[in-house]
Amino acid sequence: MKVTVKLFATLKELMPEGQNQMTVEVEDEATVDDLALQLDIPEEKDLIVKVNGRHGSRNTVLEAGDRVGIFPPVGGG
Amino acid sequence: MKIYRVNMTEGKVSEEEVKEEYAALGGRGLTSQIIADEVDPNCNPIGEKNKLVIAPGLLSGTMAPSSGRLSVGTKSPLTEGIKESNAGGTAAQKLGKLQIKAIIIEGQPEEGQFYVLKVNKDGLALEDVSDDLMGQGNYEVMESIQGQLGEDVCVMSIGQAGEYKLQAASIAVSDPEGHPTRHCGRGGTGAVMGAKGIKAIVIDDDGAPGPYMDNRDEFIEAARDFTQSLLNHPVCGEGLPAYGTAVLINILNESGGLPTKNFRKGRFEGADKISGEEVADIIKERSGKNTHGCHPGCVMQCSQVYNDKDGDYLTAGFEYETIWGFGANAEVDDIDAIAQMDRICDDIGVDTIEMAVTIGVAMEAGVIEFGDPEGAIDLLKEIGKGTPLGRIIGNGAGFTGKAFGTDRVPVVKNQGIPAYDPRAVKGQGVTYATSTMGADHTAGYAVTSNILDIGGTVDPLSKEGQVDLSRDLQVATASVDSTGLCVFAAFAILDNDKALPQVVDMLNAQYGLELELGDVFDLGKSILKTERDFNKRAGFTNADDRLPKFFEEEAVPPHNVKFDITGEELDEVYGELD
Repeated sequence: MKVTVKLFATLKELMPEGQNQMTVEVEDEATVDDLALQLDIPEEKDLIVKVNGRHGSRNTVLEAGDRVGIFPPVGGG
Repeated sequence: MKIYRVNMTEGKVSEEEVKEEYAALGGRGLTSQIIADEVDPNCNPIGEKNKLVIAPGLLSGTMAPSSGRLSVGTKSPLTEGIKESNAGGTAAQKLGKLQIKAIIIEGQPEEGQFYVLKVNKDGLALEDVSDDLMGQGNYEVMESIQGQLGEDVCVMSIGQAGEYKLQAASIAVSDPEGHPTRHCGRGGTGAVMGAKGIKAIVIDDDGAPGPYMDNRDEFIEAARDFTQSLLNHPVCGEGLPAYGTAVLINILNESGGLPTKNFRKGRFEGADKISGEEVADIIKERSGKNTHGCHPGCVMQCSQVYNDKDGDYLTAGFEYETIWGFGANAEVDDIDAIAQMDRICDDIGVDTIEMAVTIGVAMEAGVIEFGDPEGAIDLLKEIGKGTPLGRIIGNGAGFTGKAFGTDRVPVVKNQGIPAYDPRAVKGQGVTYATSTMGADHTAGYAVTSNILDIGGTVDPLSKEGQVDLSRDLQVATASVDSTGLCVFAAFAILDNDKALPQVVDMLNAQYGLELELGDVFDLGKSILKTERDFNKRAGFTNADDRLPKFFEEEAVPPHNVKFDITGEELDEVYGELD
C-alpha cells in the first residue's frame, strides 16, 4: 500500500532533494517503525509522529493513503 | 539588594530597603505583588496612579544558564487587568549584577516631557530628553544612546507607539548586539512607560558588585548540573539552537492547529514557504546566524539573525508567533515580507503577536485583502506616523475590530490569541481563556503535552485532561517566571525529574534559603492568586474567562473540531485557588 510521508527538521535531509513530501510503498499493516526503518531513520532516535494530523508513535499501524509526518524532538513557543 | 522608586511627578529617585515579604520574590512574583499592593485596580492604566515595575528574575545575573529574563509589571492598558510581560535581552542580568531587585516608576510628568532614566552602580538619575530622541524608533534610539555611552550598556526603550500610548505598545530591550529585538511585548507596557514620560532606560553594570550570592561553591555545582540537564534535553540542547521556535510552523500545520485566515482553518497551503526549515536555509544562504542567544549565558540560543536578500542585517529574534501571524493567519507566504514586518514592529515598538492578530482582523474587515503583504506593511508603517488609521491598528485587535465593525475578533480579555488554534490544541484554549494575562500562550504552554510529547501526551482534540494540564502548567510557569529562567527551561523540567531540584538548589545556595520542591508550586499558586485577586478587584468575573463564541460555534478544518470545554469546566482551573 502507499502512504504519503513528510519528514521535518533534521530528518528532512532524508527526503529527495527539493521535495516536501513523498509517496512510499509499505507492506500492508506496516507500522510507523517499519516505515522509519525503510527510510533509514536511526532506530534509537526519539520521534514525534503525526498520522493524518493526529498523535501517533512508532507503534502506530498504517493504512493505505495515510499522511504521515515525522519530526525529531522539536519545540518552541 | 535594593528597590528604587522613581517618582515622575516630582522627578525624584529614592532607594528603599527590601521588605521582608519581598525578600524571596523576584521577576513576575515580585512585579505582580508590588502592583497588587500599590496600584488601585480601577485606575486608568495610562494615568498618574498606575505604576510600572521592572524586576530581574531571582537568578538573573548569576551563571545559572538561560536565566536572563526580565519581568515588567503594570495594570495593562490592553486588558485592563494585571500584566507581567517577560523579555530577554541584557537588562535582567545587568540589574541582577547591580543587586537591584526592582525599579518602581510612578506618578506622571507634565504632558510632553520625556526623560531617560540612567541606572548604574551609583544609583539612578533622570535626564530630560524632551528635545532629543522624541519621535524616533527603537533602532535609532538604541544606536544613539550606545554611540554616546558605549556598546556595553543595555537600553530599554519605547518607539513611537509608546509615545502615543497605544495599547499594543511594547518596551524594547536591547539584545547582545544592541538591537531592539527583544520586547516586553504583550499588554501595552510601552504605553505605560510613555505615560510615565520615559523614552529610555539605560542600564550600565560597569563596576557592579555582582549578583547577591550566599554560597558560591554550592551555587556553581547546582548551576553546572542544571546546565547539563538543559543540554541533554533534545529540544533545549539541539532543536532550539538549530531551528529556533519557527520549527513549530510545520508541526502545528501537520497537527491541524496552525490558525490560518483569521482562525478559519488549521492548515496553511503556504506553510512550507514560511517554515523554520525554510528560514534556516535562507539564513544560512545569506550568512546570517541560525544560533543566537537573546542574552549571554543562554545555552538554548533559540534566536537568530536574519539578513535581507543583499545579505545585510534585517532583523533578529524572528519568532514562530510572528511568522505564524503575519504569515498563515494573514495568508501571506512571503517570508522576506514577514521579516520586514517583524523589523517594523521592533522599531515602532509594538507587540508582534498583537499586531499579527490585528492585521488578520483588518483583513477580515476588508481594510486590506488576505494575502496582501504590501498592504500589511503599509498598515504597520501608519502606526509610526501616528495617523488615525495607525492609531487604530496600534491599539490592537479588539479596538480594530470595533473600529471597522467586525465581530470575528480572536481575543480574550481584549488580548490577541496567538498561534495555536484553541479548538485543535484544546489545552491552549483553556490557558487562553483562564490566564490572568488575557490570551497568552506562554502562561500555561499546553502545546508541550498536546503536540510535542513533552511532559507526557494529552490528545489535543479531546477535552479530557486539558483543565488539569493547563492549571498545572500555569502554576509552574508563574514560578519559573519568578526565577528569571527562560520558559523553555520548562521542557527539560517537565521531562527530567532531576532538573527542578537543581533549580531549587541554585535558589537555596544563592539566597541562603531552605526551599523544598513543594514550595515552588506554592509560590506559583500564590502568584496566580494575587494576580487573580487584582483582576477581580478590577471588575473581572468568571464570565471574562471565556473564548470568543465563534470558537464554540464554528468547526475548524482539517479535524472539524469546535471548542467544547464548558464554562463550568473552565472555572475549575481556579476553583481551588479562589
